Amino acid sequence: MQNTKKPFLEMKNITKCFGEVVANHGVNLDVYPGEVLAILGENGCGKTTLMNMLSGIYFPDEGHILVDGKEVVIRDPKDAFDLKIGMIHQHFKLVDIFTAAENIDLGIKGSSLKTVNARVREIADRYGFNIDPEKKVYDMSVSEKQTVEIIKVLYRGADILILDEPTAVLTLQEIRKLFAILRSMVADGKSVIIITHKLNEVLEVSDRVAIMRKGEHIATVNTSEATENMLTEMMVGKKISLNIDRSEPLDPQPRLEITGLEALNPEGIPVLKNVSFTVNGGEILGIAGIAGSGQKELLEAIAGLQPLTSGSIVFHNPKKNKPVTFYHKSFKRVCELAAAGAFHDPSGKPVSFSGLSKAQIMQLVKEGQVLFNEDEAMNLRDKTPLEIRELGVRLSFVPEDRLGMGLVGSMGITDNMMLRSYRKGHSFFVDRKKPQELGKRIIEELEVVTPGVRTPVRRLSGGNVQKVLVGREISSSPKVLMAAYPVRGLDINSSYTIYNLLNKQKQNGAAVVFVGEDLDVLMALCDRIVVMNSGTITGIVDARTVQKEELGALMTKTYPTDTAKEAE
Amino acid sequence: MSWQNWLNFIIDALTFGATFMYGSTGEIITEKSGHLNLGIPGIMCMGGAGGCLMLSLVGGSSLPPFLIVILGILASFLTASLMGAIYCFLTVTLRSNQNVTGLALTTFGVGLMKVIMSNKNIINVKNYLVIPKEYYRWPFSLIQKDLQAADLAAMGGLGIMFFLAVAIAIIASYVLYHTKVGLNLRAIGENAATADAAGINVSRYKYCATIIGSGIAGLGGLYYIIDYMVSQEAYLSLEAFGWLSIALVIFVLWRPHLTIPGSFIFGILFSCSSFIAIIPGITVTMAAKPLLRMLPYVVTVLVLIISSIRNKRENQPPASLGVNYFREER
Repeated sequence: MQNTKKPFLEMKNITKCFGEVVANHGVNLDVYPGEVLAILGENGCGKTTLMNMLSGIYFPDEGHILVDGKEVVIRDPKDAFDLKIGMIHQHFKLVDIFTAAENIDLGIKGSSLKTVNARVREIADRYGFNIDPEKKVYDMSVSEKQTVEIIKVLYRGADILILDEPTAVLTLQEIRKLFAILRSMVADGKSVIIITHKLNEVLEVSDRVAIMRKGEHIATVNTSEATENMLTEMMVGKKISLNIDRSEPLDPQPRLEITGLEALNPEGIPVLKNVSFTVNGGEILGIAGIAGSGQKELLEAIAGLQPLTSGSIVFHNPKKNKPVTFYHKSFKRVCELAAAGAFHDPSGKPVSFSGLSKAQIMQLVKEGQVLFNEDEAMNLRDKTPLEIRELGVRLSFVPEDRLGMGLVGSMGITDNMMLRSYRKGHSFFVDRKKPQELGKRIIEELEVVTPGVRTPVRRLSGGNVQKVLVGREISSSPKVLMAAYPVRGLDINSSYTIYNLLNKQKQNGAAVVFVGEDLDVLMALCDRIVVMNSGTITGIVDARTVQKEELGALMTKTYPTDTAKEAE
Repeated sequence: MSWQNWLNFIIDALTFGATFMYGSTGEIITEKSGHLNLGIPGIMCMGGAGGCLMLSLVGGSSLPPFLIVILGILASFLTASLMGAIYCFLTVTLRSNQNVTGLALTTFGVGLMKVIMSNKNIINVKNYLVIPKEYYRWPFSLIQKDLQAADLAAMGGLGIMFFLAVAIAIIASYVLYHTKVGLNLRAIGENAATADAAGINVSRYKYCATIIGSGIAGLGGLYYIIDYMVSQEAYLSLEAFGWLSIALVIFVLWRPHLTIPGSFIFGILFSCSSFIAIIPGITVTMAAKPLLRMLPYVVTVLVLIISSIRNKRENQPPASLGVNYFREER
């Protein structure tokens, strides 16, 4: 139907690279007046990059942009506004201590603050917004802030509105309201581009949908002809087999038991909702999900960095053949436990003290002939990383933000190694020798390309930085190793090095948690996959048998709690 | 204790405070653009030196007094602005660290001023201090044609430059809170990326705010030397008042119009040691004097604590104060 009209905006053969990484490759896109165009794709598929080229934040390396059939050059946000293109970013650009009206009027020449309120109200009435122009931004809810952003764009006369993940932060009612407003804008002849990864929203609000995958434009279809399955398939693509060795887990025993985790973000919005699962030693547990579905918060909660509102994180540390001592248990208690069959001798036979004198029993215990198996269970909830370490829990965390949370960019490898070991020893001076040896060992074993252990890690390439970080984290032979997007931005060879390191930890009996974004990797590397969606777990599947489409559906579908809310 | 004593004390506190009024109004304008200029003490010193140098050249000449006054103020403003421009070039264009740059500028400014002011070959005391002092007392010098030296001292710095300080504080406040220019400037100090996305020329605003702010602060130096103290040694204590000006910025919670009462309070607190001494029955020991002079800083700390406890968003410093802005770092 739209095709009979002339497109308002055309993007032709757009390519954008960031260094080696191709973010967009030969993308073609048309936008017609009076339609909602959804851009659907997984995270990192280049949706936002593509739109940033329309809003003047990035400049395309190749390709043309045409507005009303004429070729245009968009160099900064002001050019975009002049072409009547306005973008509402996922992270709002507002001045907190200003009122809504002041934010809307900011930077516009020749207008008077007095007339702003009236014009804002006029726009609000026309499209059905609910806004108080005098309200300060810091007093506003996320939804109100978004309203201010949308009005800001309309106030500048935009005819094309680009909304980047507009529903990510909204409640269901707020989403309904937003969609109603989008429809009223479309009815007014404006075009709306909405970037999203939520299938149900695409089907609900859009007229056409453009699917992107790995920087490329796959297809544009009319929403009325699309089905959920078809969109998922286009979004995730066909399965690609990767050559990653995967061994069967050896003797998987529960290592971390996570029950009912709930957490709020600083704005008070739930980011983890009743998250429960178990991680076994000797297996790799994958966590799949669209970025921002709570993976970061989950790992940080386990590492002791994210405060929880409820739930528990229990660490199991089974210790076999531990000698019995009288230090913890009285003589009487030892005898009782022995009678109950809790102890065994070094050959594995049960020990009973029947017929032995007290002196003989004491002698046996002192000689270390009486052993027992202990299952130490510790709740790690509300413990700081230091407390966790002091408990003797060897928990390693490879955070997403390597040079922010993982390493100190301006320090050398030795100093970065010391971040983990500076508390060791009793001397007033730090021990630099061991960290330096460790650093050298990592450089050698992981083939880190660096001029030396003193070179600031910031100057190394992404893959080498990651090797240093992972190398440090596995050097303590962890019981639990958590890695968030450990291969993001890495080339193929470095990625395989990291996969091998994770596999080695798995074989050593560590419980490995791997948060990834590439479904093919998750399916080839992991033993089980936990799928997260908006802070909840939508499924725990066997990585060996799961279908890619199934994962895609779990990641994007409307989850049960949402439909329950809808029913209310 | 006569009413005369009280009056003298109040006028003294008021006029003494005008030094900080200049300094902190200038610093507030700069800080509203997101730049913490710790070079203010050095800039005030250079403002004083530049003004005195100009007066030393024209003070003894036959130019009309009115022109001499204007030339002195102009030279002071321009010298200080130049210091501000250096600061801006380093922090805005070259993106160097604001604190380090500011401190370096203070060290430089204070040192250079001392070289200029203590060198009899460069500067003529009679021309810059003795002759123009009456001119700066306008309009009071008109009322009392036969001003005696004693009267002048009693009058403190009550003259054209005092009223200029008040006027600048009021105008600065009006511009910041009631005009688009002020709105844009405050937006830059709060969130430069937002302002940039809204099409505001961030660098130009930062340059203008810092240069104008520095110029205004520089006038404080001139005022203190030739108007308030009227003394050859006045320049020696100028640096301390630069730091006090920065404290006053915090004390008045970044509001230029509040520098008027704020500087009065600082004036009272700073000079109360000598005032208490003249009240019969109270003796202030030498040891107690420096302690009493700490009062402005103590009060600033108290204001900081109270405003932090109340946690009102409007009373906080500009959100991106001290953070240089790179557009590429989105």
